Amino acid sequence: MQIIKDKQIVDDSWHYVADEAELENGNITISLARWKKDRAQLLKANGKVGVRIGPADSVDELAADLKDLALIELDFPAFADGRIFSHAWLLRARYHYQGEIRATGKLMADQVYYLSRVGVNAFNLEKSEDLPAALSTLNDFSVNYQKSIC
Amino acid sequence: MYQYNDNDQTLIEQRVAQFRRQTESYLKGDISDDQFRALRLMNGLYIQTHAPMLRIAGPYGLFNAKQFRKLAHIARTYDKNYCHFTTRQNVQFNWPQLERVPDILEELASVQMHAIQTSGNCLRNTSSDHLAGICVDEIEDPRPYCEIIRQWTTLHPEFAYLPRKFKIAVSGAKHDRAATQFHDIGLHLVTNDAGEIGFKVLVGGGLGRTPIIGQVIRPYLEKKHLLSYLEAILRIYNLFGRRDNKYKARIKILVKESGLEKFAELVENEWLLIRDNLELDAGRIDAIKAQFAPPAYEANAAQDASFTEHLADNKAFATWIKYNTAEHKIVGYRAVFVSLKAPDSPPGDMTDTQLDAVADLADRYSFGEIRSTHRQNLILADVKQADLFPLWQQLDALKLATPNNGTATDIICCPGLDFCSLANAGTIGISKEINDALDDLDYLHDIGDVKINMSGCMNGCAHQSVGHIGVLGVDKKGAEWYQLTLGGSSENEAAIGERLGPSIAKDQVTQAITTILAVYLKQRLDDESFLDTVKRVGITPFKEQVYADH
Repeated sequence: MQIIKDKQIVDDSWHYVADEAELENGNITISLARWKKDRAQLLKANGKVGVRIGPADSVDELAADLKDLALIELDFPAFADGRIFSHAWLLRARYHYQGEIRATGKLMADQVYYLSRVGVNAFNLEKSEDLPAALSTLNDFSVNYQKSIC
Repeated sequence: MYQYNDNDQTLIEQRVAQFRRQTESYLKGDISDDQFRALRLMNGLYIQTHAPMLRIAGPYGLFNAKQFRKLAHIARTYDKNYCHFTTRQNVQFNWPQLERVPDILEELASVQMHAIQTSGNCLRNTSSDHLAGICVDEIEDPRPYCEIIRQWTTLHPEFAYLPRKFKIAVSGAKHDRAATQFHDIGLHLVTNDAGEIGFKVLVGGGLGRTPIIGQVIRPYLEKKHLLSYLEAILRIYNLFGRRDNKYKARIKILVKESGLEKFAELVENEWLLIRDNLELDAGRIDAIKAQFAPPAYEANAAQDASFTEHLADNKAFATWIKYNTAEHKIVGYRAVFVSLKAPDSPPGDMTDTQLDAVADLADRYSFGEIRSTHRQNLILADVKQADLFPLWQQLDALKLATPNNGTATDIICCPGLDFCSLANAGTIGISKEINDALDDLDYLHDIGDVKINMSGCMNGCAHQSVGHIGVLGVDKKGAEWYQLTLGGSSENEAAIGERLGPSIAKDQVTQAITTILAVYLKQRLDDESFLDTVKRVGITPFKEQVYADH
């Protein structure tokens, strides 16, 4: 599977691990609930760990753990759920998170540009054929009225 | 008036290119109806009963003559020779073709206009006092702050997918002419005990289905913190506003359900964390203020004698001056209301010919600027007294001088069932009937200040709940019925109108309104206004007469 990461289309190396599934080797993403439950065990895993966050979750709860996480995945249940944008902003601007922030789920290609401006640097679209078009939207504007978070 | 710099211009041109690509993708089938809906709404494009409707931003109600000529050109070329001015100081075209909307936007961009965020669940066009900068009761001109807010809201990446739409209004005068108590955020320029000017911040006001008067969240905010405070409110709303039910998604419901105190605590805590990084520096404020410097008023404008002569000689002119002009802070000047409420024309509508003609009149008599008001009229703000008579004659010839400003025929009216796919009932036809029933100007002027607001559905685009007389169209088993309210106001003493009784049939609305006005004339004491009489006697005398035959 391919995604956009740091303005390039690349292969994705992360494995999605469902809440009831066995942990896998390599880089894995797990839910916030599972992170909270199995944190000690996950910290000993041999691969990197990413946490999946939904719009109703609180980023604040993860603040102390961010140093241990290589990826935060922000999952859009519907494209119109704008809470994701504030979560990304909080991760970067408030908690100075340096790892990958990836938008996934039901986002539109036309949201990639705004998401990039609040600190999202990776995008997983429902249809991978939309990736080139989404990538080109990053060049839609050369000027802005607000500061961007990178 | 604010003039775009290169960055402003580049941004709106790039927005046109972006929307053109989005429209083409949709027409090719690459994006779904649902997705395109969100994208087009954020650029002012609705799909209406007959055709798309395109809403163009009138930033805090300011236009110039060149922009009016462009609107006239668009009306002729892409529409049916007219446009409609709205209660939030914007302009609507009712008949554009979807495929041609990007071309319209390109035309608009050539005169520093756009349709950015005029609809959709995002930060909308900021509205303001139509007498800003010229009124005698002003604390400070709100327009520079409106422009600062316009820039900050435009394409704001974090707040483009809010739970619901979000409207900000700014007032700089003692008398609130911008309905700030009925906006998601209302800002009032106020003076603190130290004599410094800052903002009183109101939050959670709104009309629509659940009219609520905004509450003061911060009595005084230093100007430099304007944007950080707005950002704090928006972030809390974006994170915690309800998304499960669109009728409960406005910030007013969040404020109501959490309680002002709890909501304010969240906002203040957020604000403390961001305020030092988002200060407005004084230099930026001054640079924007310089763009709203007063025009070159003539020092001897008050010495003209012709004005008083015409006033004495011409009763029709004197009447127009009394109703359709307002006092100006510069002696020898007045602000002129251009009435878009002629008896035979839908309220707020304007033809291409009128648009062009008003552009010419603005150039000749008012420094080339035109304003739109939230009661759907226009203003030529800076007319010297010697020019008032010739201006009146020309406006009269254009049917733009009906001397009904602030009277019962100065009706705020949404497009209703004739155009809007949301509407339950017609409005334009009733407005015409009311005009026919009140065609005696002396009677109309005797009644005086009565604000009738009429909406074709619960969404309340015409602010019926704050009309002195509110008329709300409802659907009753497929028929058009109307709910009347009395005693609403969107001004300083904000109030939500009280329901008069059961809804009435369409053919009885005009009769009900003339009855209400007759009861007022019978009940009023001396020169008591309609609103004061309603407050004093309550709705019972009105109710008894309106429902006497039922």
